[in-house]
Parts: sequence; structure tokens; C-alpha cells
Amino acid sequence: MNADELDRIIARHGKREGPLLPILHDVQDAFGCVDEDAIRAIAQALNLSRAEVYGVTSFYHDFRTVPEPRPVLKLCRAEACQARGSERLAKWAMDKARDRVVIEPVYCLGLCSVGPNAMIGTDLHARLDEQKLGALIEAL
Amino acid sequence: MRILISDDALALACGADAVAEAFAYAAPNAEIVRVSSWGMHWLEPLVEIDGIGYGPMTPTDVEAIIQCHSRESGNPDDAGARSDAQLDPRFHGDDIERLSIGRIADHPFITAQTRLTFARAGRTRPLDLADYEATGGWKGLRAAQAMTPVQIVEAVTASGLRGRGGAGFPAGIKWKTVLEAQGTRKYIVCNADEGDSGTFADRMLMEGDPYVLIEGMAIAGLATGARKGFIYIRSEYPHAITKIQAAIERSRAIVAPFDIEVRVGAGAYVCGEETSLLNSLEGKRGEVRAKPPLPAHKGLFGCPTVINNVLTLAAVPFVLAEGPEAYANYGMGRSRGTMPIQLAGNIKHGGLFETAFGVTLGELVDEIGGGTESGRPVRAVQVGGPLGAYFPRALFDTPFDYEAFAARDGLIGHGGVVVFDESVDMARQAKFAMEFCAIESCGKCTPCRLGSTRGAETIDRIIAGEHVAANIALVEDLCETMKSGSLCALGGFTPYPVLSALHHFPEDFR
Repeated sequence: MNADELDRIIARHGKREGPLLPILHDVQDAFGCVDEDAIRAIAQALNLSRAEVYGVTSFYHDFRTVPEPRPVLKLCRAEACQARGSERLAKWAMDKARDRVVIEPVYCLGLCSVGPNAMIGTDLHARLDEQKLGALIEAL
Repeated sequence: MRILISDDALALACGADAVAEAFAYAAPNAEIVRVSSWGMHWLEPLVEIDGIGYGPMTPTDVEAIIQCHSRESGNPDDAGARSDAQLDPRFHGDDIERLSIGRIADHPFITAQTRLTFARAGRTRPLDLADYEATGGWKGLRAAQAMTPVQIVEAVTASGLRGRGGAGFPAGIKWKTVLEAQGTRKYIVCNADEGDSGTFADRMLMEGDPYVLIEGMAIAGLATGARKGFIYIRSEYPHAITKIQAAIERSRAIVAPFDIEVRVGAGAYVCGEETSLLNSLEGKRGEVRAKPPLPAHKGLFGCPTVINNVLTLAAVPFVLAEGPEAYANYGMGRSRGTMPIQLAGNIKHGGLFETAFGVTLGELVDEIGGGTESGRPVRAVQVGGPLGAYFPRALFDTPFDYEAFAARDGLIGHGGVVVFDESVDMARQAKFAMEFCAIESCGKCTPCRLGSTRGAETIDRIIAGEHVAANIALVEDLCETMKSGSLCALGGFTPYPVLSALHHFPEDFR
């Protein structure tokens, strides 16, 4: 965790109305997680308790308190993708990925007519089957 | 040759960029324009060349389409093909026949629609201000600028426009409350936390026609005296976030002094609930607030706040530009205007279908949607997202209308229609509804926080065949508690998919 970078992020958003979520997003983007040091610094800068900042961080699925070193593939597991076979595909993908790639559930990417769908970073992939998804997992 | 290719996230996910690159290579003289999506998702990536549509395209089809298209148009130069390229006899009419859908604007999926909110879909470059202006953009805002706040609110009320997020509350009444509320600061908040599975209209609108949302918010500002707006977009929509941010920058001077800021959600479904969203904007846990006070009285940072869905705000420019009667003329009963319906799941012709209220579920699924993509019979249709009821074929005569769906223990919600074929196990779907509620519950009220987990466990026992009748009675009782004892729609509406699965598909629970 780079303290200068953290200060810059906090300073960039500090004057906005309701700055906490934008700060948490940028911290997570920069450092891969929002750890205890970051929580302490953010709490101090925003005049909040560490418990309050931790409470917000832990509430949202997007934020992690420890970094994830492995590549992550988010596979949609919501109803529209279920109707197109995502549950069977998810089981297959988890076997395929083993411990090397994290297959995370996501509930809807808004591509509900062309599922099963996945997101890697901000890249979207639709109409997945074992062949296509397997290639994505292998390339990670 | 002018080649239109969508840069909507769904088209990108289906490989539109690779198709665009292949065209740029094969026809360097052609003009490649990235436009919004027509919403015919089964045809994406859809390419439009001089009005004729081809899809779904892959990069390997590109050469053949260029050759055939230029031969059909009788102008080999039209292809703008590489200087050394001759018309290649390998390619023939079959390629065109396989991929051509004729004139896109004449396609039955398009001609059957009434596109008011999505009038520009497929036709304009999303961030191009000239395209927006040339297609009637800012006309509603200019009309509003010449009106008093009371007149604007009256126009929105007269249009009959109801909140498109799901609750269907009349937009004009909400605006009137904020207009009359006392406060030095007021806010317009756009709820773009479109988390319902089976819905994508907000995303398509933000990516395809972002200025119409900005215009709608600016009008809401004029109507209520708010100077600041927030658009809360879910983090699962990175392309929408980028487009809206760019559109805000480009149109800043046009909507000034009204100012808009984008805020990004963080993966919490419950933040689509308006009070939870307001807490999230304030930088808090996305917990639901008890109402009253209404957000219109005490909303964001305790100030009077209009909070509307993307589609509600995006419908407003039409109302102001063309007059409230023009909007109210469409629809049925107390559901006026048009609804962008989203056809999703296991459906042959999935996509965006904007139509006046009143179309039946059966017409949507069987005729417009063409039945399932798998080709197997349709068994169940979930309408209105994860909190919506599952409808069997027997209820396919239900017209798309807020009251008609409510009368059949369902809801239209945000207009998502998710089709399942006969392979669906409705007990598993009921269990998933409870599980989803457990994952996404904000934890504030007990029926939702605990009821969802206990509900999933109980349905598991039913699936395992343990004391089936007694456990079904327990689930029904639990659903009653969740319905009447939860603070918001997450706990309160989770019973809809559960009970509808139980009542309409009892054979799956034996």
C-alpha cells in the first residue's frame, strides 16, 4: 500500500458530496483491495470511525479486504442466464478453472438475451458454451 | 459505402469490434460508423450497409458480404475494397441470403413497435451532439425552459407517466411533491442500478442515447428547482458508465446551470431500492430506510429529492416536446404511454421491444419472441425480474399493464420477460429466489434477512421429499410474513416467484 497514492485518492474525492464510495472504488482499483491501513486512513480523513468505513466496505460485494492474486472471471448466475444453461456451465467452469482461476458469480450483466455471459475486467463475453468459456479460462 | 455497427455492450460481447475491424481492413474506403443498437439481439453483431441489415456477423463473413453487397448494388467501387481486390467468384448470393434481413427499419420486429423512448435506437451515434439535435434532441428541454415549474409538472402529470423502475408511481405527483417541498437544496437522482435479471433497457438507453436521459434530468431540475443531479449506475455496466460520463462532459453547457455527476454502485442489488440507493450515494451501507419520510421530502442528504428510473426520466423529453396527450394516447387503463419490454432468457428473438401497454404476455413470448431458442416448449415466464412471478402458459392472456399483472399476483416491474423451456425445475427456481434474497438482503429487517435463508432451507427439504405438505405450508406462511413484514420490495416481493412457482407448478414440488 502506497501512502502517497492513498492520500492522493482521498484528496481527489474529499470535497465531493458523499465521497466514501468513490474513494473505496479508486483504492480497490489502485491496490486490489481495501485493507486495514486504507480503512484507517480513510476513516481519519473523512472523520468517520474505522467501524463505519469497515461496515461500508464489507457491505458491498465489489470490495475486498485482502487482494485476490489469481485472475477472476465473473460468470452470470442470474435467472435469464440460468434459462440458457448457465448452471451446468458454471459447474463445468469451476472444475476446469480449479484453483488457478476464480470463477465468481455475478447477478446480471444486462445481456440477458444472449447468455450465458461472463465479464473479465470490463470485457464482456456472450453466448458462452464449454468451448468458448474454456478458451477464456485458459487464456487467463 | 456507409457501414453501421453498434457499439452497445451486448454487441461488443457478441464480437462487434472484431467485425468492425474486419470491415475496416476489407473495405478501407468505406465509412464505418458506430451507432446504438436496434435491440434485435439475436442478430448481433448486426451490420447495416446502406440500410440493409446483415447479422449475426462474424469476421469471416465480412469479405463475402462486401463482395455480394457491392455486386447487388451494381457498384464494385462501392465496396471500397482493397486496391488489388477483384470481385471474388467464390462469394455468391448464399452468403447474403443467410445473413441479410433486408431493410432493418422494415423488419417486422421493428415495425411492430412503438418507439418513443428508443426512437433513436440503431440510428444515431450515441455521443454525437449533431445526431442528437438532428433527431429532435433538446426540443423538450427548450419547451420546458419556456414554461413555469408548475406547468412542467402539470404536463408530466397529464401524460400519465408512471415510474418505470417497477413501482409504477405517477412521476408527476412525485415531482409536484418535490416542487412544493421547502429546501435550499434539492436533488434529482437517476436510479440506473438496473439489477433485475432479464432487464437491459436502462443499459441500452445509457449506452445508446445518453443525451435523452440528461435532457430528462435537466427538465426534472427545471420542474422542481433542483440544481444538481446524480446518476447511480451499477458497476456491472462499465460501458454505460463511460458513455454517460462522456455525454455529461459534452452537454455540460447545454444543461447548465444544472449539473450532473455519475456515481458507481458496488455490486449490491438492494441499492436499486430507492432509499438504499440514497444511503449508498451518501457513502453509507446500502440499507433500506423506513418510509416516511418520503425521499421527496427528505431524500439525499436530507433534502427534497426526485428519484426516478432511467426510463422514466428518458420518457420526459418526448412528453415536453410533443405534449402530454401525445404520450397519454398510448396505453391502456391507468398504464399510459409505452413500455420498453425486454425479451430475455431462452427466447428465439430476444431484445428490446418498446410498445404501448396492453400487449399480452402470449403475444410477446410466442409471436414477437418466436418461442424458445432451444426449440422446446415454453414452460414458465418470469416477468419483472428476480422479484417477479413465474407465469404458466395458462396466464398468457394477461395484458402488459401494471394493474392486470397485479390482479394475477404478478408484477411487470422493470419490464423484463425471462423465458424458460420445459427443462426448468420450478422448485429449484423457487429456492433460487430465496437464495438470491439471502445473498442480497441488506440485513435491516428480520423477515428478509432470516426468512430468505430459512425459506431456502425449507424448499431444500421439500425437494428432498421431507414432510412435503407440512413444509409447503411453512413456506406459504413464511412468504406471508415476508410480504407484510419487510421494509422494501426485496423481502416483500421475493414471495412472488416462490408462491407463483408453488401455485402454478405444484408438480415440481412433489
